[in-house]
Amino acid sequence: MIIKNKTIVADDWTVLRLKEQDTAESAIVASGKVIVPLKVWQAQRETLQQRKDIGVWLASDECPEDLKGDIHKFSVVAVDFPKFSDGRGYSIAYNLRARLGYKGELRAIGDVLRDQLFYMQRVGFDAFAPRPDRKIEDAIKGLSDFSEVYQTSFDPALPLFRRTQRKGNSTAGTVQ
Amino acid sequence: MYRYDEYDQQIVDERVKQYRDQVRRRLSGELTEEEFLPLRLQNGLYMQIHAYMLRIAVPYGLISSKQMRMFAHIARKYDRGYGHFTTRQNIQFNWLKLEDTPDILADLASVEMHAIQTSGNCVRNITSDEFAGVAQDEVVDPRPYAEILRQWSTFHPEFAYLPRKFKIAISGGKEDRAAIYAHDIGLAVTKNTQGEVGFRVLVGGGLGRTPIIGSEICEFVPWQHILTYVESILRVYNQYGRRDNKYKARIKILVKALGVDEFRRKVEADWADLKDGHGTLTSDEVNRVTSFFVDPSYETLTDHDPRLNEFKADSRSFSNWLSCNVKPHRIPGYAIVVLSLKKPGEAPGDATAEQMEAVADLADRYSFGELRITHKQNLVLADVRQKDLVRLWQESTEHELTTPNIGMLTDIISCPGAEFCTLANARSIPLAKVISECFEDLDYQHDIGEVTLNISGCVNACGQHHIGNIGITGVEKKDHDEWYQVSIGGAEGNDSSISKIIGPSFTFNQVPEVIQRLIHVYLRERTETECFIDTVRRIGHAPFKEHVYATDFVAQEEKVADKHSVESAQYEIPFYSPRF
Repeated sequence: MIIKNKTIVADDWTVLRLKEQDTAESAIVASGKVIVPLKVWQAQRETLQQRKDIGVWLASDECPEDLKGDIHKFSVVAVDFPKFSDGRGYSIAYNLRARLGYKGELRAIGDVLRDQLFYMQRVGFDAFAPRPDRKIEDAIKGLSDFSEVYQTSFDPALPLFRRTQRKGNSTAGTVQ
Repeated sequence: MYRYDEYDQQIVDERVKQYRDQVRRRLSGELTEEEFLPLRLQNGLYMQIHAYMLRIAVPYGLISSKQMRMFAHIARKYDRGYGHFTTRQNIQFNWLKLEDTPDILADLASVEMHAIQTSGNCVRNITSDEFAGVAQDEVVDPRPYAEILRQWSTFHPEFAYLPRKFKIAISGGKEDRAAIYAHDIGLAVTKNTQGEVGFRVLVGGGLGRTPIIGSEICEFVPWQHILTYVESILRVYNQYGRRDNKYKARIKILVKALGVDEFRRKVEADWADLKDGHGTLTSDEVNRVTSFFVDPSYETLTDHDPRLNEFKADSRSFSNWLSCNVKPHRIPGYAIVVLSLKKPGEAPGDATAEQMEAVADLADRYSFGELRITHKQNLVLADVRQKDLVRLWQESTEHELTTPNIGMLTDIISCPGAEFCTLANARSIPLAKVISECFEDLDYQHDIGEVTLNISGCVNACGQHHIGNIGITGVEKKDHDEWYQVSIGGAEGNDSSISKIIGPSFTFNQVPEVIQRLIHVYLRERTETECFIDTVRRIGHAPFKEHVYATDFVAQEEKVADKHSVESAQYEIPFYSPRF
């Protein structure tokens, strides 16, 4: 199960993670819907791009720009959070959406916990695979922690001061 | 000052709710301590030696009397009757229970305050000039921009899990009073030759293990673009800053590794498509926020109240206070008053609940109900009529807030040190107390003149020892005793510099004598107009070093050892705990 578009849905993608003995060239990509590491995509691009059921995931130290020419081939792109304290994935997501114009599913995988979800959806993630040891029903609550935000990111595109008419100081000069 | 509208209030209220639930999940075991740690740290909650410490944000150091009274309430209800003002213009409470912290945040929210991002690897409280809006040398009032940056950085979704903490300071005077050279981003709001407002942007300054003075990355960013420009700096840092070693993770290391030119190139490349985008500031928004920082209703007055001069002639104490703690104001007939939290023998920056209530009352009566917290851990009444100075002095003296030592040797900056902090190698506050008692004689202090002395209990440099004219650092040695490195030559402001260590480290009891010896060399060598730092810069370290190490310290050690135990507090219950 994953969270997608703010609801809990069944998921039939598997995420391929390389084992120690694997190389990007030698890794076997099973049939069915598979999200492969960026390195595997790059190494096996010729064969993999024949398949329609391939997604790709980026590690937190990888550059979204490496997918530039290919980005629209994928219906799923995932970003891995090796530790929840590793915040590079937020900038990767922002760049995928805002700079590369990626429109498909953008999924957060790895150490994904309830309290990150609000931020993640704002930088462009619309799908979340919370850590399997936690209840997904709890995790989804993280999406609605706040009903208003100040600054622009991928979502919303406009900062608060461009979205609303905020009040200035009507009693300028006096202190209550 | 800035007042919350319904959006600000809603965000802070929802934060209290979110945090309350996080604490509930921690207490029920649903969250492990490891998982709770970054969450509580985003909220200023540290687990220290004895209890939880909560750091509350005082945005750019500006606070109302009502908010100060809330601090007094928190001190009484949840803590041990006092609080500690910090070098980043915040306040810390050191003796809290985890289960009380959601209620404290709710109390704070009721007076438009919070503890958001006061710790953790995120953008911290924006600090600024404690004399903003009233300084004579001000070019542009930095407060509206500090508030705009506060809102921009609050819960920024992309920059909550940076490689390391991130500190922004902003100043708007000709003289930098916000230590902008010692911040991850230092902003000087200024005007170009056409009179347009913009920012000189410094990046990669910082203290800690690797003290570095910030480098200029852009000479002038027009005001419209400051948010997007800062966003690009943060995005470059978030992607490329080191995460393998927390001691190499600050932006200064990245700027140094790439070189400022390459760093600038990356920032400009990121910024190219943001410039003029939706994040660009509008004049409507700047005007809206600026409307909260217009002048209070000043009276038309003149300088040089004759009664002031009379009283000055009669009272030496008042005259000392006037020359040290009262600063010129841009409006005739008004003055800026610095209330000293550095009474010799007290912990620097500590204030009791009674003092907090007293200063709140003073602010209401004499300074339009507002106060500022300085990065030197004192308090400021920014808008006092000169004709009220005598009464204000008399009343604040009753609360021990008029020690005439602002800018003097006993105006010591100190971190909490090993008594409270798990990082510290050595105690800071007791050392500050011993040193200030040593130099308590005001005539002597005034003869020495301006000198800054900053103490940190470890290399993390919360006490900003690198930019003190004299810096003291607690260092670790094998035998678990407390040792202190002494350095000289540091400075903040327009002529910022990083101090250099004078030689092998000292014991707790030797340090006051070391300071005496440093001062002795200065008094011996100075020319008529020189401050301590000027003499150090002119004659170099050698004469100081030579004199300090020329003779041993045995006698002094015995003398001080009679007054205090020298057990390192880090490994047992401290022998000194403030105020009880």
